[in-house]
Amino acid sequence: MTEFLSSSAAWGVVLTIGGFALGTLINRKTGKTWCNPLLLGSIFVILLLSLWEIPYPEYRASASPLSYLLLPATVSLAIPLYEKWELLKTNLAAIFAGIFAGVLTSLGSITVLALLLKLDAAQAASLLPKSVTTAIGMDVAAALGGLPSLAGAVIILTGITGNLTAQWLCKALKITDPLAKGIGIGTASHAIGTAKALEMGQVEGAMSSLAVALAGVVTAFVAPALAKLFL
Amino acid sequence: MKYVFQFCRILLVCLLGEVLANILPLPVPASVYGLVLMLAALKLGILRLDQVKEAGTFLISILPLLFIPAAAGVMELWAELEAMLLPCLIAVIPVTLVVMGVSGRVAQRVRRMLDTGADQND
Repeated sequence: MTEFLSSSAAWGVVLTIGGFALGTLINRKTGKTWCNPLLLGSIFVILLLSLWEIPYPEYRASASPLSYLLLPATVSLAIPLYEKWELLKTNLAAIFAGIFAGVLTSLGSITVLALLLKLDAAQAASLLPKSVTTAIGMDVAAALGGLPSLAGAVIILTGITGNLTAQWLCKALKITDPLAKGIGIGTASHAIGTAKALEMGQVEGAMSSLAVALAGVVTAFVAPALAKLFL
Repeated sequence: MKYVFQFCRILLVCLLGEVLANILPLPVPASVYGLVLMLAALKLGILRLDQVKEAGTFLISILPLLFIPAAAGVMELWAELEAMLLPCLIAVIPVTLVVMGVSGRVAQRVRRMLDTGADQND
């Protein structure tokens, strides 16, 4: 049985798509952000694996065709970035200042947190990329010796937090400029936050998705330096 | 076959990203090198948008699905999670709010400074 489960290229993929479909369905029915398809899908997969007592590595092996697509999908994030290039050019200074400030705040806060709570290097590396898109964040965590799945979980929860608090926070801090709202939301809470930015308006949505890819790239280059210096 | 060729071009960029990640001594993932290379190839006209667009857009649309196998890996980390509960909680809620606030305020301030040529002091 075990041998069959790890060598089958079908059931892991089917289980994953089934979990994601169920999550999407619940998300549409409830309309709640915290009912995120990725979050619910992962929980569903974990529950079934535990229930059937299937070890995680066997599932991982069988679902590997999906993981295989992660690299080309992440590289493809350059395509919408290229399409929005004109938008970037018009407000280059404000966009880059916002993204750099956000990335440095994120990495700085996590570094301070790691030092205060005496986290080990692997734990800190799993938290460092928490504000960037899951695609880049899990890779960054792995490259720095962290735990990609822990990073993934923290990243998803960060996105949901950003999505739920974005409107309130922008109002409380008097961030009224649609461009600034989008940059803040995308830099802090990646694609899940961007879903809220898209609801807030076209400029907010476009700026947020621009910020997601750029903040991811900036983080990938700055995080290793911080990790090396302090952790 | 059009989409197969589009996919193949994207994979070629991935391959270059993997090569860079192997050559360069930085712990930067191949995916990030690939993303930057793809952007450069499009900007420099080495690749045209229509040579990668549909396959790339499809891949991006299924990204959340692709994360599930890795994210489900937390089931192996229960022991780790207990120790990480507090740091994770702080990283997720207050840090996210601070990052969003700082990033948004800085973007707004810089834009207003450049727009009016003067600091509006807010």
